[in-house]
Amino acid sequence: MGLIGGFCHLYIGQEAVVVGLEAATEEGDKRVTSYRDHGHMLACGMDPNGVMAELTGRAGGYSKGKGGSMHMFSKEKHFYGGHGIVGAQVPIGAGLAFADKYKENGRVTFTYFGDGAANQGQVYETFNMAALWDLPVVFVIENNQYAMGTAQQRSTSTPDLYTRGAAFGIPGEVVDGMDVLAVKAAGETAVGHCRAGNGPYILEIKTYRYRGHSMSDPAKYRTREEVQKMREERDPIEQVRALLLNGKHASEEDLKSIDKDIKQVVNAAADFSRESPEPDLAELWTDIYAEVV
Amino acid sequence: MATEILMPALSPTMEEGTLAKWLVSEGDTVASGDIIAEIETDKATMEFEAVDDGTIGKLLVAAGTASVSVNTPIALLLEDGESAEDIEVKTAPATATTAPKATPDQTTKEAATTPPAPQGGQPQVAPQPDWPEGTEVKQQTVREALRDAMAEEMRADGDVYLMGEEVGEYQGAYKISQGLLDEFGPKRVIDTPITEHGFTGIAVGAAFGGLKPIVEFMTFNFAMQAMDQIVNSAAKTLYMSGGQMGAPMVFRGPNGAAARVGAQHSQDFAAWFAHIPGLKVAIPYSASDAKGLLKSAIRDPNPVIFLENEILYGKSFDVPVMQDFTIPFGKARIWRAGSDVTIVSFGIGMTYALEAAEKLAEDGINAEVIDLRCLRPLDTATVIASVQKTNRCVTVEEGFPVGAIGNHISAVLMQEAFDYLDAPVINCTGKDVPMPYAANLERHALVTTDKVIAAVKKVTYR
Repeated sequence: MGLIGGFCHLYIGQEAVVVGLEAATEEGDKRVTSYRDHGHMLACGMDPNGVMAELTGRAGGYSKGKGGSMHMFSKEKHFYGGHGIVGAQVPIGAGLAFADKYKENGRVTFTYFGDGAANQGQVYETFNMAALWDLPVVFVIENNQYAMGTAQQRSTSTPDLYTRGAAFGIPGEVVDGMDVLAVKAAGETAVGHCRAGNGPYILEIKTYRYRGHSMSDPAKYRTREEVQKMREERDPIEQVRALLLNGKHASEEDLKSIDKDIKQVVNAAADFSRESPEPDLAELWTDIYAEVV
Repeated sequence: MATEILMPALSPTMEEGTLAKWLVSEGDTVASGDIIAEIETDKATMEFEAVDDGTIGKLLVAAGTASVSVNTPIALLLEDGESAEDIEVKTAPATATTAPKATPDQTTKEAATTPPAPQGGQPQVAPQPDWPEGTEVKQQTVREALRDAMAEEMRADGDVYLMGEEVGEYQGAYKISQGLLDEFGPKRVIDTPITEHGFTGIAVGAAFGGLKPIVEFMTFNFAMQAMDQIVNSAAKTLYMSGGQMGAPMVFRGPNGAAARVGAQHSQDFAAWFAHIPGLKVAIPYSASDAKGLLKSAIRDPNPVIFLENEILYGKSFDVPVMQDFTIPFGKARIWRAGSDVTIVSFGIGMTYALEAAEKLAEDGINAEVIDLRCLRPLDTATVIASVQKTNRCVTVEEGFPVGAIGNHISAVLMQEAFDYLDAPVINCTGKDVPMPYAANLERHALVTTDKVIAAVKKVTYR
C-alpha cells in the first residue's frame, strides 16, 4: 500500500471505449486524453512496466517519475498525454490534428474527454476552429455519467452530448460504450470521415466507471446497487467473453490462458515498479528546458 | 467663425502622420462624413472624414507632408457667409512640423493623445556591441524589425507559422505582420476567430505535433484567457513527459500600458510570466533586440513569451545589416557605462532609465544603464558586476510593485552583493492601482523619468 501517490483515476468499466477505438486506428494516428489515462496507454501499446513505474514515481516510469498518474506520454506510440486540467486536452488534440493537416500526412487524432469536460468553454472554441479548418480530429466524449460527483442531469442542460457539435456543423453519433464492436464500428466511421478530409467528427460513447472519480472518492453520489447492476448486466469484458464463447471463437481454456498471461504482465509490472529506483535527485533540474541547438 | 480642422489621432498612441492626399480643394463644399483626406501612419492609411458641414476655406498643410503632429490645424472650414479672404488675415498658417501650443484647449487635447513615454533621443551606444564592429547599420522601427525577424525565420523553416487575430488579411492589428500573408499564404499566416483560450491550445498541440507556432496575442491582456494553456500545457509538458516532448513556440504581442485605454488594456505581465519555470521570457526595448531576440525565440525549442510594447513599435533604432543576426537569451545589454549608480530596466522602462541617465549626467551623476532584455533566463551576473562597481541600484519597470522583477533583483543583490551596497535598492514601478483612464491619473500611475531621477538621487544621497 502507499506505493502510488496522489490522485489515481481508474478506468475500470470503460475498457471497451479505448479497445474499440484503437482497433479503428492506423499506425501514426495520435491520441490525447485527460488524467483517466492508463487504459489509453495500455491500449495503444505502451509498456505496462513503464506505466506502472510512473504510477509509483520511479526512474523507470514513462516520465522518469516526474509526471505521475496523470502525466504520461509516449512519442513512439503517438500518445500525447495525460492532461490534468479538465478540457485542456481538447484544443491540444485539435492542434495535433492541425499539425497533421499542415504536414498533409493523412493522420487522424483521437481526442478523448469526459461528460464533465464537455461543459468547458474551450471545447466549443475548439469545435468552431476544428470545423472551420476541417481538422482531422475525432472528438471522443467518454460519457461515464458522472463529472466527479455530479450526475450528468445535474450538470448538463441537454442530455445528448453527441449533438453538441451541431452548431458548428460537426456530425456526431451516440455509441454503446459497453459494446466493443459497436465502438469499433463507430470509430471506423469517424476515422474514415476525418481521413477523407471532411473535418472533425464527434462520438459520444456511453460508458460507466465502476470505481470512484479518483482513489480518494467514496462515491456517495450513487448507489451501490446502480454500480452492481451495471457490472452484472452490462460489463464490457463479460460481453466480449460471451461473444467469444457463444460464437465458438475461443474456449474457456483459451480465455483462462489469456487471464493468466495478463496476470503475469501485471505482476511483472508491479515488480518492475517496486524495483525501479526512485529518480536521481539531479532529475529535479532536468527537462525544464530543451537545449538550444 | 471658421473652424480649424486638426490632424487626427488615428490610434491611442499616434503622435504624427503623413498627410498623404487631399480629396477636396479649397472652395469645395463638404458635408459631415465626406472623406476629405488620406492620412498615413506607420500602421496604416486611413480615410479622414469631415466632422462638420461647410466649405473648405484653406488647406493649411500640403498633400505629401510628412511628420504632421497630431492636432496641427491642417485646414480651415468656413461657415455660411464666410469667405476665404475673411479668415486669411486672421490666421497665421501653421507649419507642418510644429504642433501649436497656443491655446489651453489644444494643450489639453494634445496631452490626451500623446503617450506618456518621454521623447528621448537615441542614447549613447553600449560598450558591448551585439554585432561586429564596422557592420553596416540601418534605421528601422521596432515594428519593421519584428516583421523582418518573422519573415526571415519563416523563409528558413517551413514548420514555422503565425496564427492570431487579424494577423493575415488585416495585416496585423498593429501591423507587425504586414506583408506576411502575401509572402507565405493562408496556410502559414492564419487568421483565428477571437478565441484566445482555444487557439492557444491548438497552437500548443501543433507544437507537440512538430510545428513551431508563433502565436500573436493582439495584446497580452487577452492572453489571460489562455493562461492555463500557456502555463499548464506549454511550459510544463517537457518536464512532465520526462523530456519526451515539449512546446517549441513563441507567444508574442504588445504588453503593458498603451495610452488612455483603461485598466483592462493596460498591464505589464512581465513578472507573471517570469515566475514560471519552463517558459523563457524576452522583453526587448530596441529594434535590434526585437529582431535578434525574436529570431532566437522562434528557433528556441522551448515556449517563449515575447513581450513587445505598442509605444515602442514606431520608434527607430540602428539595426545591423547582417545575413543572420540573432541575440542569445539571458544576456543583458549595458546601454550606458557609468560609475555612480546602476539603473536596471527592460522594455519600455528603458525609455525612462535612459532619459533619467542623461539628465542625471547634467547633474554630475554618472549612471550605468542595464537593459535586461530577457527575464528568463535572467542575466544577474551583469547586474551584480555592475553593482559591485557602483554600489547602488535602482530598478525601473512599468508593472505593479508587489512581486515585481525589481523585487527579485533586489533580493539577488542582497544575497550576492550585500557587502557592496551603499544604499538600499529602490524599485521604481507602476503604482499599485488598476490603470485609470483620466490622462492625469494615468500619468501619475505610470513610472516616469522624474521618479527614476528622484530614486537615483536618494540612493546616491544627493
